[in-house]
Amino acid sequence: MEMKMPEKELNEKKEKVIIIIPAYNEEKQIAAVVAESKREIPEAQILVVNDGSSDETEKRAREAGARVLTHPFNLGYGVALQTGYKFALKYGFDYVLQIDGDGQHDPRYLKKLLQELKKGDAEIVIGSRFLGEGSYKSPFLRRLGMIIFAWIAGKISGQKITDPTSGYQALSRRALKFYSTDIFPGDYPDADILIMLRRAGLRFREIPVNMHPNPNGTSMHNGLKPIYYTYKMCLCIMLNLLRSV
Amino acid sequence: MFFQQKIFAILASIAIMALVIEMVRRRKLREEYSWLWMVTGALIILLVIFYDLLVFITHLIGAIAPTTTLFIFGLLFLMLISLYYSMQITKLSLQVKEMAQQLTLLKDEVENKKDY
Repeated sequence: MEMKMPEKELNEKKEKVIIIIPAYNEEKQIAAVVAESKREIPEAQILVVNDGSSDETEKRAREAGARVLTHPFNLGYGVALQTGYKFALKYGFDYVLQIDGDGQHDPRYLKKLLQELKKGDAEIVIGSRFLGEGSYKSPFLRRLGMIIFAWIAGKISGQKITDPTSGYQALSRRALKFYSTDIFPGDYPDADILIMLRRAGLRFREIPVNMHPNPNGTSMHNGLKPIYYTYKMCLCIMLNLLRSV
Repeated sequence: MFFQQKIFAILASIAIMALVIEMVRRRKLREEYSWLWMVTGALIILLVIFYDLLVFITHLIGAIAPTTTLFIFGLLFLMLISLYYSMQITKLSLQVKEMAQQLTLLKDEVENKKDY
């Protein structure tokens, strides 16, 4: 699937970095996220995946200097991420950084994520809200659910997990290939995908980051009703163990 | 089973089968979806004609009235069909997702052609 690149770029031995920003109706925040990401890592390609927004997200992102992919209709957070992964794979990027378009993730940690990934002892580096940095507060019940599933996933994968739903991540090319297959969930990647990673022999690592409460006041996880969420996680984790990787 | 019941069941089955065939003829229904309905129609006719078979199955599953057997199997069949449709929808969603992603990437490629 690799595209031919012009000679000028082929001769550049430098490793290519892409910052993927999934966005759905984020016209207020998107320009700032793009600009700040660009400022943090100037050599990176900024890619906004506009998930069928009905507002000016696409225009604002382009004005801010990002390359924009626009879904023909809304396909969900996980699918938007995956479209970005497929783009990165197609154009041969070596490192992928992903940051949410709603301004929740502080772009100042992009460099840290990239540095950690470049050390090479993990294919995926995850920015965790719960490792001391900042003071992110989430609703009690969701926090409880996350703790329980993170603990179970941690036990199964033999590695401590504190923030399995964090969309603030850095991926290596190997992880990119893994995430571009049908294995990747269409809704919200969670602890189950981390178990899958471990079983596929990929390593992940968490580093502390600071996150802001969502400026829109609504969370992407609002749609997940607690009971369905509990059911889904139990099922996913169980089935993950029954499937062969 | 009363005579009227038999006539009604057979007529209903024939009507369903005729409708299915007509829909396939007009290409409103794909052949692969029609066979399940045809099998059902044929099965009902079979059970009415060989009534003893229905009675036998009724004893086998421990039901008392033969009509119960028909209802149970009718319900089971509908449930299986729904499950089958859920499966098809899942498959279609995955295909639509894949297609939308490819379209998105191709659109980007065409728009950025001048860059390469």
